Amino acid sequence: MIPTSYYLVLSAILFGLGVVAFIFKRNVITIFMSIELMLNAVNLAFVAFSRALGQLDGQVFVLFVIVVAAAEAAVGLGIVILIARNRQSLNVERVDLLKL
Amino acid sequence: MTSFLYANAFLIITLVKIVLMLVILLTVNAYLTWFERKLVAHIQSRWGPHRVGPHGLLQPLADGAKFLLKEDPTPAGVDRFVYFLAPLLSLGLAMTSIAIIPFGPDPLPWLILGQKVYLGIADLNIGILGLFAITALGVYGIALAGWSSNSKYPLMGGLRSSAQMISYELAMTMSVVGVLLTAGSFSLRDIIDAQKNAHGIFGWQGIFSWSIFAGPLPQILGFFCFYVAAIAETNRAPFDLPEAESELVAGFHTEYASFKFAMFFIAEYTSMITVSCLCSILFFGGWLSPFPPSWTFTFYLPSLILIPSGLWVIWDGLRYETIWGRLILPGIGAALVAIGAALILLPALNNFIQGPFWLLSKIFVFLFVYVWMRGTLPRFRYDQLMSFGWKLLLPVSLVNVVLTAGAILWRGY
Amino acid sequence: MNAPLLVFFVLAALAVGGAVNLILQKHPIHSALSLIVVMVSLAGLYLLMGAEFVAAVQIIVYGGAIMVLFVFVIMLLNAGIEEHTNFSKLAGFAGIPLALAVTGFIAAAVARSNDAVLSVSQTGAVAPTKELSTLLFREFVYPFELTSFLILIAILGAIVLAQREHS
Repeated sequence: MIPTSYYLVLSAILFGLGVVAFIFKRNVITIFMSIELMLNAVNLAFVAFSRALGQLDGQVFVLFVIVVAAAEAAVGLGIVILIARNRQSLNVERVDLLKL
Repeated sequence: MTSFLYANAFLIITLVKIVLMLVILLTVNAYLTWFERKLVAHIQSRWGPHRVGPHGLLQPLADGAKFLLKEDPTPAGVDRFVYFLAPLLSLGLAMTSIAIIPFGPDPLPWLILGQKVYLGIADLNIGILGLFAITALGVYGIALAGWSSNSKYPLMGGLRSSAQMISYELAMTMSVVGVLLTAGSFSLRDIIDAQKNAHGIFGWQGIFSWSIFAGPLPQILGFFCFYVAAIAETNRAPFDLPEAESELVAGFHTEYASFKFAMFFIAEYTSMITVSCLCSILFFGGWLSPFPPSWTFTFYLPSLILIPSGLWVIWDGLRYETIWGRLILPGIGAALVAIGAALILLPALNNFIQGPFWLLSKIFVFLFVYVWMRGTLPRFRYDQLMSFGWKLLLPVSLVNVVLTAGAILWRGY
Repeated sequence: MNAPLLVFFVLAALAVGGAVNLILQKHPIHSALSLIVVMVSLAGLYLLMGAEFVAAVQIIVYGGAIMVLFVFVIMLLNAGIEEHTNFSKLAGFAGIPLALAVTGFIAAAVARSNDAVLSVSQTGAVAPTKELSTLLFREFVYPFELTSFLILIAILGAIVLAQREHS
């Protein structure tokens, strides 16, 4: 009914949009969200291939990707909170020196 | 025209079921508010609403009219899109969760448009997991409402309330795992069927085959964890600090006026109903009767309850003080008697109505306990609430999972 | 144009629309809401492919926990509208066409490929959760335990990072 290539093209488009958001946005939280968007695009590709090949390994890997994304978001947002506290700004262009 | 109907029969029947379910749900919500006010009032030794219609039965109509006609101001400085989105999100998600709940085992005795019509809009393979997904998204309604109001009390109330909701969500989902291990499926119909085939103590059936009394391990711990966590999840007493009047003005819905407040209100009562449905389905056998299936004389119990209560309503109505009461109440009583008599005279309908009758009575019992707790128990303080959720409920639900798994292995299920 | 294809296009349009909105919005909370829309539509796509457990986990974990974390942090840090700085016009001129070109190359390569895998149609058959869990707890039990350890480390890290200094 729906060929796998449709899902892969959608995954590529979402990944590209994630890269664009990563490059162009200046708020560090929005950059984090673009990383999550890229991970989601990759998850879509995994599930599409898992269905196409008839194996469930792709879906198991999707679960692992989700778990790793959760851990990364937790620690990353902790770092973001520290940056905001120390530099009073969430703009990545102001966080370009190691010294305050 | 008819061929179009028959070709898309499934879609049309589902749409009709959705509309019917929404209408029934809104009516039940309205009369649940009446029930709560009357019950809390009687617990506090006073009468509840009793002026607006016989026994205050038209009070929900008056409340609805008030919500529709009151002024709906939008405070300055709010984030307009999020301010308008939050109550919609809350209400929409709360209403969606009713779609997953099955209300009866058998399809309707008649075929409609050539299809068997089951009582339940969607029976998902991942039934209970889908319900948890919808509950997980419900946190956003409250967090966004608190934040977008651009005011400190709603922000504090919204953050506290959503932190409470995500803490108790974990305990709620873990406490259900025992039932899932026993039933072997996520689907709610399969969970009830597993309880139908279980045998309790001494092989007795009926009430002793429900999840809470039977199976490899009676799920008493799981039930208490689930019920307490679900009450905290729905922000009801005694866990309602984030929206208590004396603490935070009105919490996250301070800045919301008539209709948007009504949407939060309806969302809260609908999630109460959903939690009661879940408790009765997961732990108390759903639509299974407490009597063993071989005691078919208990099939007359619905009529036995309806007819005397209908006669009592007629008798009470004829002595009522206002003229409206003397007209409406006997009408309601006569309707109840007529339904009870119809059930005795039509055995096919009686057999069909057994399942939904028991499920609805169990839901009613849980709603009664919900309202009873609101009228009786004092509130938790916020830090007590959080430590209760993380330090007591979550470990207890994990212990329940381990014990159930151990019992399954040991007893060889 | 049958029903599954229509549903696919609707969900795909929602996902792409959400992603574009994430880029176009100035306030991070609106970007977060757009990302939630993307995740829910992706969960719908997983359901369309029959991966129902993954769809439920996506909504519960991604949509109900990770994004809630993002929304909390945005609220607590009081993140405001992005300020307009004059840096990096080069990124604007060279970046967007490059990103579009990369995406276009990948999409074209996928769409033109003759590989048999790519034209296997996604049937509506449902992936049973039981087999998924058997796979997870037998072949993949070692990575599973490692991820639980990873979550523990992440929890400890987040707590240590977010503590205030006791000076």
